[in-house]
Amino acid sequence: METRTTPNVPVDTAPSSGLQTALAWLYVGVPLLWGVSQTFIKALALFN
Amino acid sequence: MATDSFLDRSRTIAGPGYNRWLVPPAALAIHLAIGQAYAFSVFKKPMGALISGNVDKPDALDWTPGQLAVIFSIAIVLLGLSAAVFGKWLERVGPRKAMLASALCFGGGFLIASLGVHLHQIWLVYFGYGFVGGCGLGIGYISPVSTLIKWFPDRPGVATGMAIMGFGGGAMIGSPLAVALMAQFKDMAPMGVAPTFIAMGIIYLVFMMFGVFSIRVPADGWKPAGFVPSTQANALITTANVDADNAIKTPQFWLLWVVLCMNVTAGIGVLESASPLIQESFSDTAMGVGRGVTAAAAAGFVGLLSLFNLLGRFFWSSASDKLGRKPTYMIYFGLGIALYALVPTLAASASLTLFVIVCCVIMSMYGGGFATIPAYLRDMFGTMQVGAIHGRLLTAWSTAGILGPLLVNYLRDSQKAKNLTGAAAYETVFYTMAGILVVGFIANLLVSAVSARYHVQEAAATKVAA
Repeated sequence: METRTTPNVPVDTAPSSGLQTALAWLYVGVPLLWGVSQTFIKALALFN
Repeated sequence: MATDSFLDRSRTIAGPGYNRWLVPPAALAIHLAIGQAYAFSVFKKPMGALISGNVDKPDALDWTPGQLAVIFSIAIVLLGLSAAVFGKWLERVGPRKAMLASALCFGGGFLIASLGVHLHQIWLVYFGYGFVGGCGLGIGYISPVSTLIKWFPDRPGVATGMAIMGFGGGAMIGSPLAVALMAQFKDMAPMGVAPTFIAMGIIYLVFMMFGVFSIRVPADGWKPAGFVPSTQANALITTANVDADNAIKTPQFWLLWVVLCMNVTAGIGVLESASPLIQESFSDTAMGVGRGVTAAAAAGFVGLLSLFNLLGRFFWSSASDKLGRKPTYMIYFGLGIALYALVPTLAASASLTLFVIVCCVIMSMYGGGFATIPAYLRDMFGTMQVGAIHGRLLTAWSTAGILGPLLVNYLRDSQKAKNLTGAAAYETVFYTMAGILVVGFIANLLVSAVSARYHVQEAAATKVAA
């Protein structure tokens, strides 16, 4: 049964800032780069 | 209730000035967390020594490797099942509620499992990490896919490649994080496992909340600035929509199911064999004293394969936007058949560099297969319920995740029983995997446009989407 009553309209009115986008990417980018660097260091053992 | 309205799809509709590049980080926050599942093996040895406290001398009461392997198997089966079961629910309620459910299940699964470890009750670990956590995996895996595809109609492969790359990256974060936490907590509990589970449950729950809060869906009719849908006729890119219930009635769905299942099964063949194969084939005997591949170097090789698995997800999925999905899978399977068949020869001829390069390319295509499939589904079935259809297709992954290791281990053990050693013990594995890729190649070759009788009519599509 359809229960949704809220109108189908945008909730954000202010445009996104560049800083907001950069921070969002940092939030996920930093742990990802940490994980990749750890794996890369481990992988170096193959070439040693 | 206020919470209900915050989680409702209608509260996630983006305004006109919203930057769509904020959506991939929201998706990555989920996939980077749930990708931890592929690092679960890091717990195997410590969890097998909770009673004895010595990983090299387990007690008779300690959990066996076989008992511990079941945890991951349950999680991977539940991944596919929950994605299949909850896909339509996700399309109805929107990504925010689904992401929250995923975060609660995945984080909560860790907490339940920690109790199981503390009480040394394996069934509680099965239920916590395997069942509850596995539901979090499945719901989380599909939760951002249809949203990303709607935000990036001009490059769906790039968008889904970014998110699914996060799943590969999640293992790279989860493994060193678990090792560091277990070292930190080793004096608090046996092997530090139970407190590590608690810490990881909380860390992942909090980390995933970023995705829950920041995810947005585009307003109806939104298109990227300057985007003009291609008017070039392409039978394999539909402008119509097929709902999830009808999609599974089409031969195309099942052909793509076989495509994914075969690609994953073959990739598992390499993953399962990589470390022992490189050590046995490139030993001191084959390479000269002191020049053979050590256990540490073999672990480095597995790490390198993980990196190429991650990079392949983004590279190949992005490339598929230019090449087309069907030709991209032709490359995965066509090139894959040749490379898989080449591996035993390279191993036998002691060509280490070439062997490593070939395995890295294979792993990149294994990752690429995961990342390209959502865009392939969107091309075949439209965007309306692509998340739900993707969820149902992920049962192919579960199937491969169980059958793949069984098949590979059976083939390897049967060869070793014939006293074959080194590269010779793996020949059958790799030739069988090449044969499996032939099946995938044929399935992909047979993919054609979905018959119009399965298409949802325009008015019905609007109603279903609403």
